[in-house]
Amino acid sequence: MSPDIVLRAEGVGKRFGGFTALSGVELEVRAGERLGLIGPNGSGKSTFTNCLAGAFPSHDGGFTFKGEKLAGLKSHERARRGLARTFQLPRPFRGLTVLENIRVPLAYGGRDDATAERAMECLESVELAAKAHRMPKELTQVELRRLELARATALKPELLIADEAMAGLSHAEVDQILALLFRLNAGGTTIIMIEHVMRAVTEFSQRLAVLVAGRKVADGDPREVLSMPEVEEAYLGR
Amino acid sequence: MDPDLALLLNGIVSGLLLGGLYAAAAAGLSISFGMLDVVNIAHPAFMVLGALLVALLWGATGIDPLILSVLLTPAFWALGAAIYVVYHHFFERRGDEAIQGLAFFFGVMFIIEVGLVLAIGPEQHFADAAYAGITWRLGEIDLPLRMLVPALVAFAAIGGLALFLRRSFTGRAIAAVAQDREALRLLAIDPVRIKRLAFGISIAMAALAGGALVVVQPVDAWSGHVFIGRVFAVVIMGGLSSLGGCVLAALAFGVVENVTASFYGPSWSPAVAFGCLLLVLAIRPQGFFGRVA
Amino acid sequence: MSDTTIPAMPTLPAPRRTGHPAFWLASAAVALVSILALRGIGSEYAYFAATFILQYVVLATAWNILGGYAGYVNFGAAAFFAAGAYTTVAIGKALGLSLLPCIGFAALVGGVLGLGTGILTLRLRGAYFAIATLCLSVVLQTIVVNWDYVGGSRGAYVIRPREVPWPFESYSGYLCAVMVVLAAAAVAIARSIEKSRLGLGLAALRDDEAAAEAAGVPTLRLKLIATTISGAMMAVAGAPLPLLGSYVEPNSAFGLSYAVNAIAMPLIGGTGSWAGPLIGAVLLASLQQAATVTISSAANLMIVGVVLVVFVCAAPHGIIGLFRRQK
Repeated sequence: MSPDIVLRAEGVGKRFGGFTALSGVELEVRAGERLGLIGPNGSGKSTFTNCLAGAFPSHDGGFTFKGEKLAGLKSHERARRGLARTFQLPRPFRGLTVLENIRVPLAYGGRDDATAERAMECLESVELAAKAHRMPKELTQVELRRLELARATALKPELLIADEAMAGLSHAEVDQILALLFRLNAGGTTIIMIEHVMRAVTEFSQRLAVLVAGRKVADGDPREVLSMPEVEEAYLGR
Repeated sequence: MDPDLALLLNGIVSGLLLGGLYAAAAAGLSISFGMLDVVNIAHPAFMVLGALLVALLWGATGIDPLILSVLLTPAFWALGAAIYVVYHHFFERRGDEAIQGLAFFFGVMFIIEVGLVLAIGPEQHFADAAYAGITWRLGEIDLPLRMLVPALVAFAAIGGLALFLRRSFTGRAIAAVAQDREALRLLAIDPVRIKRLAFGISIAMAALAGGALVVVQPVDAWSGHVFIGRVFAVVIMGGLSSLGGCVLAALAFGVVENVTASFYGPSWSPAVAFGCLLLVLAIRPQGFFGRVA
Repeated sequence: MSDTTIPAMPTLPAPRRTGHPAFWLASAAVALVSILALRGIGSEYAYFAATFILQYVVLATAWNILGGYAGYVNFGAAAFFAAGAYTTVAIGKALGLSLLPCIGFAALVGGVLGLGTGILTLRLRGAYFAIATLCLSVVLQTIVVNWDYVGGSRGAYVIRPREVPWPFESYSGYLCAVMVVLAAAAVAIARSIEKSRLGLGLAALRDDEAAAEAAGVPTLRLKLIATTISGAMMAVAGAPLPLLGSYVEPNSAFGLSYAVNAIAMPLIGGTGSWAGPLIGAVLLASLQQAATVTISSAANLMIVGVVLVVFVCAAPHGIIGLFRRQK
């Protein structure tokens, strides 16, 4: 494995009952890369995320992260190794304040900088410092997405999976989140962006992988990938 | 016949009859807990309420207890619908179902039971049906009508309920509440109205079960407690929303309990039965007889 | 880092933090004052009533560590409570030990029982967990009923020791003082957990287990820690019971009034903080103690039921929540 490959997926497959959600997915992600992962609804993007993050096991194949096999590691163990994810629908800890939400990954991320200052820093990075002592239900949709991102980045991850972090946001709000992700990436975090907002994906991604019906059908330069007939067909013909 | 074998056969048969009673008690819960996701731990208390009302009415009128329990069902339906309205208003709508909702029904259970004690006293009540003393014999196997008739009535009611859920539009809407809320919205059905109706039905089933219970055994205000674990056990083993699974689980549960009681004494039967449930929960939480979701 | 980097002041000031040692000291002081005050009153009834109320403080506080902090509703509180009571009976009979070592053993038994429950119910959430704990309660009660050594269904008499430890005048006074210390310790333990990393992790998994995992929280391990601590403390609450009434029998030790109170008290007080179960227990247990004297014991439970239903409907965050909202 070449040293700058941070994540490798080999033959990843997942079935639910008789339904094959993922099958034989191969993927390599280089350190510091910005990868877009797209595909129509139900193509297996979320399943891929969940298998990678350890929410449930994959049936076939497996992942290698920073040279270590992930098989058998629980979600929180993967998180501590620097593999962070956000959830499609923001899932804040509703009983905790915004600041406390950030203190959770700081306290449990396996690093020793779980201070209030560090938590405020994380909130500042997503411009939520002013709302540190509010409850999540007082936040707007875009603020919840930013909180979700802050909670993931508080783990100081090497790899961040941003799962539809922009769905349902306005043009300006998409730009906010994009700017945030660019900043994170500039700081050295590898990012896999799973997204339906095509403008964001094309603007952000250096490389694009396409899932259709649980299989990877394309992987490469975004412009080339998007002009491939099978990708167009999958998107237009859905 | 070998006396042990006769004991075993009798244990199995009366276990099956007891299972009929459990099925009646659990069928309502299979609707509220299994389909509507309303964790009504007060369900056995409603059953006891029904049983004691039947006993009182029987004392006053002498009408057959099972017929009385059928007559009670509309009132229980209304009671159930009213309770669902409260539950929905305070918990479901707020999204606070988990702990607060559980505690709500826990409180309701206590209010019913203690209310019964305050109103009619803590002593046992019973209602004797005309056939209560008759026992049919098949070889060495006893078939007491006191057990058989309530079990048959219970199976008839559950069968009717199953038909209603499968065939009628409203019944299918109830099943859909459990599985696919989106579909309900597309059909412009108000899920709250459907759930209110269904919860009413589940409480009406509790009244029927109460009628069956009071024929089988004397009942006091606290009789529901021993049923809490049993009915939830049956519903979970039956795979939650499946009435057929519920009946099978109830029969299995009745047999296990009864055979244990015949061979090791009645004081061990709860432990065996609940031990089974603990194992089910630990190993296969989706139940034995249910479809895998 | 400096304050100048914070663009806007937070709208609410961060809550002032009392350190753990300070709180433990304060608890010890309150305990000491309570013991002295009760000694000042000196009546047997005062001792009995205080012990009765305080056992509920321990029980409710213990329940809340799992139920309130981690969001796992335990319907089997009575089983743990009775496990503690019967540990005292069994150990006292077998080894002839006095109350204090029995409490230690009760903690051990309750902890093991809690851990076992946790392991058995690892995959269960919400209602399933609650029902499993109810089953556990039934299984345990059946075992005790069939266990002749501790009296089986007939129950067991426990004779209070003749000598009363110095400086107490009566055994009731001693028992009451022990209970005061247990209650103070329970509250202090609960608060320490609440304000610690463990408390933060439990709060996270209460709100969303998958999100907590994604944030690095080892939810399984934390749940096991919570079930163990909670179980141990509930058993401790029950350990003095045999000596309080000199008689235990399964139906009262496993009685539903313990199960319902263990749930009702934290919910009425407020489950989010250590003060909730304390307030709820003092309030509800006093009310019941008064009701037992004036009305019947059935009316007693009626009160608990009605208060519980009214509170969960009208004040979902308990008494604490009522005060918090009026800021």
